[in-house]
Amino acid sequence: MRRLLVGSGAAVFAVLLIGALLEPLPGGIDLRIAVASHMAASGVEHPVTAVLLNFRGYDTLLEIAVLLLAVIVILAGGLDPAVDRPRAANPILQSLARLATPPMIVVAVYLLWAGAFRPGGAFQAGAVLAAAAVLLHLTGLLPSWQRPALSLRWGMTAGFLIFLAVATGLLAQGALLRYPPAQAGLLILLVEAGLTVSLGLILAGLFLFLSRDPGDEE
Amino acid sequence: MTGLILLPLAWASLAFVLGPGRGKWLAIGGLSAQAWLAFDLAAKVGAGGTALLHPVGGWGAPLGIDLAADGLSAVMLLLVQCIALPLAIHAGAYFKRGDAAGAYFWPLAGFLIAGLNALFLSADLFNLYVTLELVGLAAVGLVAAGGGAQQVAAALRYLFATLVGSGLYLLGVALIHGAYGTVSIAILTPLVTSDAPRLVWIAGGLMLAGLMVKTALFPFHTWLPSAHGNAPAPVSALLSALVVKASFYLILRLWLGPLAPLTSAIAWLPALLGALAILWGSWQAIRAERLKRLIAYSTVAQLGYLFLIFPLLPGTDALEAGIMQAFAHGLAKAAMFVAAGVIIEATGRESVMDLSGAAGHLPLTLFAFGLAGMTLMGLPPSAGFLAKWLLIEAALDRGHWGLVAVVLAGGLLAAVYVFRVLRQAFLLAPADAVVKSVPRRLEWVAFLLAAASVLLGLRGVDLVRLLGAGA
Amino acid sequence: MTSGLLFASTGALLFALGLAGVILIAHLLRRILAFNVMGSGAFLILVGLAQDNDIPDPVPQAMVLTGIVVAVAATALALALTRRLHALTGEVELPRDEA
Repeated sequence: MRRLLVGSGAAVFAVLLIGALLEPLPGGIDLRIAVASHMAASGVEHPVTAVLLNFRGYDTLLEIAVLLLAVIVILAGGLDPAVDRPRAANPILQSLARLATPPMIVVAVYLLWAGAFRPGGAFQAGAVLAAAAVLLHLTGLLPSWQRPALSLRWGMTAGFLIFLAVATGLLAQGALLRYPPAQAGLLILLVEAGLTVSLGLILAGLFLFLSRDPGDEE
Repeated sequence: MTGLILLPLAWASLAFVLGPGRGKWLAIGGLSAQAWLAFDLAAKVGAGGTALLHPVGGWGAPLGIDLAADGLSAVMLLLVQCIALPLAIHAGAYFKRGDAAGAYFWPLAGFLIAGLNALFLSADLFNLYVTLELVGLAAVGLVAAGGGAQQVAAALRYLFATLVGSGLYLLGVALIHGAYGTVSIAILTPLVTSDAPRLVWIAGGLMLAGLMVKTALFPFHTWLPSAHGNAPAPVSALLSALVVKASFYLILRLWLGPLAPLTSAIAWLPALLGALAILWGSWQAIRAERLKRLIAYSTVAQLGYLFLIFPLLPGTDALEAGIMQAFAHGLAKAAMFVAAGVIIEATGRESVMDLSGAAGHLPLTLFAFGLAGMTLMGLPPSAGFLAKWLLIEAALDRGHWGLVAVVLAGGLLAAVYVFRVLRQAFLLAPADAVVKSVPRRLEWVAFLLAAASVLLGLRGVDLVRLLGAGA
Repeated sequence: MTSGLLFASTGALLFALGLAGVILIAHLLRRILAFNVMGSGAFLILVGLAQDNDIPDPVPQAMVLTGIVVAVAATALALALTRRLHALTGEVELPRDEA
């Protein structure tokens, strides 16, 4: 009965919404022109990066806070005390993972640098770094993280703190995150470099703090 | 005004770096500075009489994100800092060293407060979505922290409710952006008219529905009693006093702002749900077995009053009544949860039936509970009385007798559940009862908050005057 | 129908599907997946509606990137809590709430 009700409700909603989507809409504000005309002052050449780090950089600042928060919540929820059982080491997988790691780091650095003028940026770079860590973990080369040591806590927070410090420092320019056009490129690269490392650690942490073999529970 | 966002973000992340259980003084120092900033902002907004604007990045809407502080924002910011600071002092004494539930309390609370302040200052619908998620996820984390199965289950239930709420809100924002090409509240407000395309009506409905889920309006309240009733006492206080008010504020902001041309037809719906919330929440509070669950259900009921004002809007008297109720309930409910935490800590029992003798051992705490109860019932001269008085006056002005009846009935029902607790507490203790001693600081915070909820009734006029600024 | 509207309509279907899933499915893992389907629907609508004449608009694209990161954080959190519940009770469904 409940399934029928919710299911038909969702179906009716979808039909109504699609019907409304197909109606012609009055033309709204087109921000593409505004973005294009301010690109020169943004410090980067790729429009999405310009929106993410400059025009709407404040969204990104809060978004990084959300990610950092997710790690803290996971730690606060308590980690399972299960012992880390060494995985069956497969020598082929291990040497492949060893081979893959250095190029992955290079790719991450490239993505970070490329973000200024083509798709890429700190989040993508951080995700590749985290993927490298997960790969090493799954092949048994990197143990799961038992507790957040001081250096790890610094590493995960540093990117956000750098971003926050830059945002605060730019208050001297008259507004939060108001990059002076001449230094915008450099400051954005600084913020993104910090974020890459911290995002890599945070995303890896989301996996490595949770990944443990809970003994022989069946 | 940016300090109110940057400061808590800074102390929250530094508290995390310092490590588990640390960061108490950082937080209390930061919150004291924030309280000063909030009063300063309120003074500026009140003196200028207009809204303050801060274009982040210097771009200005629609390209950039604007922060805006008018009277309503300033009042909500005052509410957050004035309740968070005493609760921080309380939490510092409540969580003991090595307590798993308190290990990450400071960073989580810091991000929660940063999210709340950012929400009250944002003038951009998409940025508001990010702040909603920051608040929601921090709140879920606080409920889950270091808890057993029951607490984790309550946190998960809360998580799905809050994610569905923000999902509906986000879809609404996406549709609004599709229709108008902007998410700036200031730019949208003149664009939306009553002959808007159907897409915009759906968008408005989705945003309001999502926010109602987050505010736990009846019948979307089912997640609230378990989340607020199972969390540690300082967390329950933060959630009941502040977090649910954030989504209510946003409903109000949309209702009076961009969605105003669309909402006149459905103004009675929130009021009807609010009335049902008052009756159902009070009834469940009267029946509840555990003390904290009783208080949580009382929150469901008290949130109902906030929604009674919608048929009376737009009118400054109704807005004043709503905000006064938010303040009164915030202070009183924080006091009640803190008091309940003290009682449970001292007696080691959670059930209302086991309260016998508490009055003899913890007179100050029981006095605080009674004062807070006075505010919830709406007895003069409390802030709750002022709120209900303003509400009844606004309803009578427009001849809405039904609303008056609901307000009066709600007050009587509140009296039943408050006296149920007090009566049990004043019974003689069974001979074998063991009562631990608790730090006096815990009791004093409860008393202070409760006393503030009563005394605010005398100074409410100042607060209400501020609301007019920049509206 | 432009390709943007096709994306948006698909998004509407996915959102409705995901929402029904979040409400109906008891198994927590599947419920988390349903939440992600719902979120993807909203993101598709956000980019799809803004895309006319097939020229992408960077602002909604940046918003979706922000939204995806927030969804990643929420998903990780939900998975961690589900694991915790499983470790404590051995269940992957929510217990009934007390009366």
